[in-house]
Amino acid sequence: MSLTLQFVPYSQIAPMSGSERVDYLLGIAKKEKIVLLEGRLSPDQEAALIEKTMQSINKRFKGIELSVVYPDADSKELFTKIKHHVVNFLLGNRSGFTIIGPASVVKEIKQDPDKIQLLTQ
Amino acid sequence: MMKLFQRVSGFFSSLFGAKKQIKLGLYGPPNGGKTTLANRICEDWLGEEMGSASALAHETREITVKESIVIKNSDGRELTFNLVDTPGIATKIDYEEFIKAGMSDSEAKKRAKEATKGVIDAIRWLDDVNTVIVVLDATKDPYSQVNITIVGNLEARDIPVLIVANKIDLKKADIKRIEAAFPQYDVIGISAKHGKNIEDFYNKLFEVTK
Repeated sequence: MSLTLQFVPYSQIAPMSGSERVDYLLGIAKKEKIVLLEGRLSPDQEAALIEKTMQSINKRFKGIELSVVYPDADSKELFTKIKHHVVNFLLGNRSGFTIIGPASVVKEIKQDPDKIQLLTQ
Repeated sequence: MMKLFQRVSGFFSSLFGAKKQIKLGLYGPPNGGKTTLANRICEDWLGEEMGSASALAHETREITVKESIVIKNSDGRELTFNLVDTPGIATKIDYEEFIKAGMSDSEAKKRAKEATKGVIDAIRWLDDVNTVIVVLDATKDPYSQVNITIVGNLEARDIPVLIVANKIDLKKADIKRIEAAFPQYDVIGISAKHGKNIEDFYNKLFEVTK
């Protein structure tokens, strides 16, 4: 079985609205491709992605596997936190990356703080 | 017109110091034990169950609300809230899994359809709850994106959160892993099914809703 990974740089979704981003990324997953997004969606966009995924479920499309790798997200150091807030404010959530895999292709994404494991069907 | 009425009513409520109605939401992935905990709370304080729980995922597919639950702590303080039990949030639902669990094709499709709607409703209710208990299965890996998305959304909405590590009666339960995954939150280990540590849970509720 072959896997197709589509890399989406953050600059590609930056000009889009939240809803357009969700539609665009979900559209790729519905074509049975694994999305590798530079950066991450905001929490409300992640929730919207789950909501739209549920609306799209049918006999062929069974949903997605979603995982975000976000370095230093839980850092308690004040400087690191401020740095992330400033960078996110100015440039958007570009740090880390997001994986969105169609459930028909990706069985499970195991996520530890430092590593990610993609188990296919 | 309705919105104007709500605003005027809200203004007078705040003016005369009326207490904010607490809507306590139970959130989490499927099969964490949300309904079992809801039943435990309702049995302890109302003497009746709230809904049916099952080992099969997506047993709760509709939002259920139990109004005006009053709990007391050892100091005699009271806490009144409306309890909102929500369907488990998932990113995928496969009706074939329900067939494997013994359902007919039509039953499985119906359950899957209801489950997808349940997830959508649970997400939409995030705007209506004002305190949340995130119920996680302590035997499972807490680093799932669904858990992180739920907690991230609550954080973005500034909603107070208590994380419950449920099923601590089981051998594989690991509270420390949940604490490590969500270091910024209080985590309380309980067994909703057997009532283990439930008094500490009620005491934590008083702290979180302060």
